[in-house]
Amino acid sequence: MKKAEARLRDLLVGGLGGDAAAYRGFLKDLSAHLRAFLRRRLARLPDEVEDLVQETLLAVHNQRHTYDPGQPLTAWLHAIARYKLVDLLRRRARDDALNDPLDDALELFVASDEDAADARRDLAKLLAELPERQRMPIVHMKLEGLSVSETARRTGQSESAVKVAVHRGLKALARKIRGAV
Amino acid sequence: MKTEELVDLLATGAEAVAPNAVRRRYALALVASVPVAIALMATWLGVRPDLNEAAVEPMFWGKVAFVALLSGAGLMAVARLSRPGASLAVLPGLLAAPVLAMWLAAAAALAGAAPGERMELFLGISSDECALNIAVLSLPVFVAALWAMKGLAPTRLRLAGAGAGLLAGAVAALVYTLHCPESDAPFIGTWYVLGILIPVAAGALLGPRLLRW
Repeated sequence: MKKAEARLRDLLVGGLGGDAAAYRGFLKDLSAHLRAFLRRRLARLPDEVEDLVQETLLAVHNQRHTYDPGQPLTAWLHAIARYKLVDLLRRRARDDALNDPLDDALELFVASDEDAADARRDLAKLLAELPERQRMPIVHMKLEGLSVSETARRTGQSESAVKVAVHRGLKALARKIRGAV
Repeated sequence: MKTEELVDLLATGAEAVAPNAVRRRYALALVASVPVAIALMATWLGVRPDLNEAAVEPMFWGKVAFVALLSGAGLMAVARLSRPGASLAVLPGLLAAPVLAMWLAAAAALAGAAPGERMELFLGISSDECALNIAVLSLPVFVAALWAMKGLAPTRLRLAGAGAGLLAGAVAALVYTLHCPESDAPFIGTWYVLGILIPVAAGALLGPRLLRW
């Protein structure tokens, strides 16, 4: 568990420094931990698990600038996962399905589950609903793997506008998931 | 979209993130809003004309220190509440210390005053407007603090809103000391605290609605 904390923290800190491979490793491991964590807590709502894993991953990504490397990673991740879990349960107004969400932060790394079920909500569809100026930079940069400058050339936006569009687009995607838009 | 694909999407082209996002965001919020609060105080209420004379009295500085310490506690509160999983353990002490000190000073002032003068120490000459003035002056910082918080990641929304209100109220009270003619501890310990509590309550009410992410 301590090892998972240290390893994931190193990967995230690398990712925050611009190392995309480390960041991918962080998100991949995190998704397995989140899946196990949420599966236990959503025992009565198994269909929601993968959607919530994805929603939480997106939240971690969008809010990654709030991680302070001096802070225990578990506490940060657990607070986000719990926030998204409680938000989901509130949205469903089904608090009775809650097993025990307010538990110890350390539990997040106790288990890991690589066995992903299919998500019910298709993020690709939500992505397609984003306005063009946000969608195209995400498609070029994040799905096709083009560089910022190449994306800027294809979309006719400036490089900083491309970065802003990707950032805002992913935030808008998170809002769409919540049904806020 | 499968979760693996989402991981790929998020990781692809992920660039370095500038550090100290929380600090930078609140610095920007304060730089943008405090001058507005000061301008509002100066045009609407006016700087007290005897500021130079007042500035040699110890109680003037006691009042300034009181609200400056609360502003510091407010800043600490919003910084912690904007970051998932950050410890809040120091906050109750940081908040209670200046308030208790002011209340002790108030008790001493009341004990030392003749019974007929005590009410005056409480009410001063501006008790009917003090709390409301502070609440109005807190608006610019309140809006800015909520904006800053909205771009970070508060997970306890009611507390986070209250924290934004605390920062706004305490900074507004600090600005208000440039206008306010009062210097008695019973007055400060009552009406200043009430004035700060108004944005705190507003923040606690609005937080869950405005700060969701």
